[in-house]
Amino acid sequence: MSEQIHDESTRPLVRIRGLRKSFGANLVLDGVDLDVHEGEVTVLLGPSGSGKSTLLRSINHLEKPDAGFVEVGGEIIGFRHQGGSLHELGHRAITRQRARVGMVFQQFNLFPHLTVLENLTEAPVAVRGLSRKSAALQAKALLERVGLGGREDAYPRQLSGGQQQRVAIARALAVEPQLLLFDEPTSALDPELVGEVLAVMKDLALSGMTMIVVTHEIGFAREVADSVVFLDGGRVIESGPPADVLANPGHERARSFLSAVL
Amino acid sequence: MSERSLPAPTLPVADRPPVGVGAGATAPAPLSRQRVIPLRHPGRWIATAVVLVLVAQLAHGLVTNPFYQWDRFQYWFARPAILQGLVVTLEVTALSAVLGLAGGILLALARQSKNPILRAVSWTYIWLFRSVPLIVVLLILYNFSALYKTLSLGVPFGPGFVHFNESALATDLVVATVGLSLNEAAYAAEVVRAGILSVDQGQHEAAAALGLPKGYQFRRIVLPQALRAIVPAYVNQLIGLIKGTSLVFYVSLLDLFGEVQNMGSTYPTDVVPLLLVATGWYVVLTSVVSVVQFYVERHYARGALRTLPSTPLQKLRAGVRGLRERADRTHLGTVKA
Repeated sequence: MSEQIHDESTRPLVRIRGLRKSFGANLVLDGVDLDVHEGEVTVLLGPSGSGKSTLLRSINHLEKPDAGFVEVGGEIIGFRHQGGSLHELGHRAITRQRARVGMVFQQFNLFPHLTVLENLTEAPVAVRGLSRKSAALQAKALLERVGLGGREDAYPRQLSGGQQQRVAIARALAVEPQLLLFDEPTSALDPELVGEVLAVMKDLALSGMTMIVVTHEIGFAREVADSVVFLDGGRVIESGPPADVLANPGHERARSFLSAVL
Repeated sequence: MSERSLPAPTLPVADRPPVGVGAGATAPAPLSRQRVIPLRHPGRWIATAVVLVLVAQLAHGLVTNPFYQWDRFQYWFARPAILQGLVVTLEVTALSAVLGLAGGILLALARQSKNPILRAVSWTYIWLFRSVPLIVVLLILYNFSALYKTLSLGVPFGPGFVHFNESALATDLVVATVGLSLNEAAYAAEVVRAGILSVDQGQHEAAAALGLPKGYQFRRIVLPQALRAIVPAYVNQLIGLIKGTSLVFYVSLLDLFGEVQNMGSTYPTDVVPLLLVATGWYVVLTSVVSVVQFYVERHYARGALRTLPSTPLQKLRAGVRGLRERADRTHLGTVKA
């Protein structure tokens, strides 16, 4: 703590150092370093198989790193630092850490057997110990915020893809996370429904939510992101403000990727 | 070229006045307002007639053949002895169904566990009890008291604190229930495991990402969705169990089938009506289970289907409504003509 170079206000909310992960013989993350400051929106770009999703999933310990660490709010995720080594945390402690990080999935992953309202109240009741009643009040306010007021009693399958993804965002917000992760949130949507989800995300970004977003929506990155990180082969090959990285990529791989998606 | 010229000749044909309309009586209605006549299915009518004749023959035989002795059937159907047997059947079924399902859930969780010992034990249990015929399991248990005279609770391989006299503990009901439960658990385990596997991985991840505790994830998120796949398969299993209880007769427990056998040897002329009594009661039990199954499945279909399947009552109402509408329409038609 005393060796901090930055003062408390500029210390990054998310600090990733030397993160490595392989699945069998396949090296997916090859020593990734990343800082995300509070209130910032970071967009992860890169070709498929570049490790974006694995990096994102490591941040709430859905993937366990082989080496390196992820720190959120000064706390190492999934491990306890003690006596020169990292001890794996028990399930209970990891659960507590995960509740501080919200996640939105490509396939929405709403609970199909629960109504929209129940999808939103499940975690606040179980994790934050809210009463059903106050959780329901909060859920209604969140649904209002993502433009779905009045749809509390619908089941997820009765909603369009765009509406489902907006419910999923509201569900992630219901645990009041410090950080929101988006794993290709618009890739499973019809083109005409992409806009409504991006609008909600932009709204969130403007309200000061810290977000890490894996997406192929370059327009969103250019307009909303504070920084863009380009991954290839499990390494960060380019990072910086969108104006620099998107307009003038230094790396050949980034240039060819961007010319393909733009 | 041929693609374009093909449909052309059919158009004028369709616009011609329909055959059979009195020429010059009225101008033919335009094509868009002509009556739609559904395709006739003569084959269906023939099949229906054949099947109805066969069913009628069968019913006629059942009623008129003196071999069935329906008066004796009536006499036996609700005799106290038979009802006592029925109660035993219900007791054994209910106990084994609950214990078997509980054991099955534990075995299924053990098989999904990360602990290799738990996995191996669960696998071996399922392998063993699916291999051994139920009747053999029951007879081994029946002779169990000869193998182990007393059972005791205590330190494994060490001193025991509580001792049971096995022959006093192992009544016929206990032996039958334990045997059926052991067998049932092995099958239920696979049914439950199939249900758990049918839940998408994304559901586990979403539940984990929300920070829901592990037990809570299973109870509230995974199990309710798994039950949609579990219920039909487990009811199948349960119906097998109801009928499987007839084997407990061989460990000298007088269930429904046991009583029927007993009475049959006392009144040899009534064997057929007695067997029909057993058939009747087993059919009643299976029917009750099937009705319950329908409503349980409907309950767990919430959210999975956009519209729930209608209950028999709703179907009946819709059918009556449909008939009435059709009657109104034909009535209007005749009035017009």
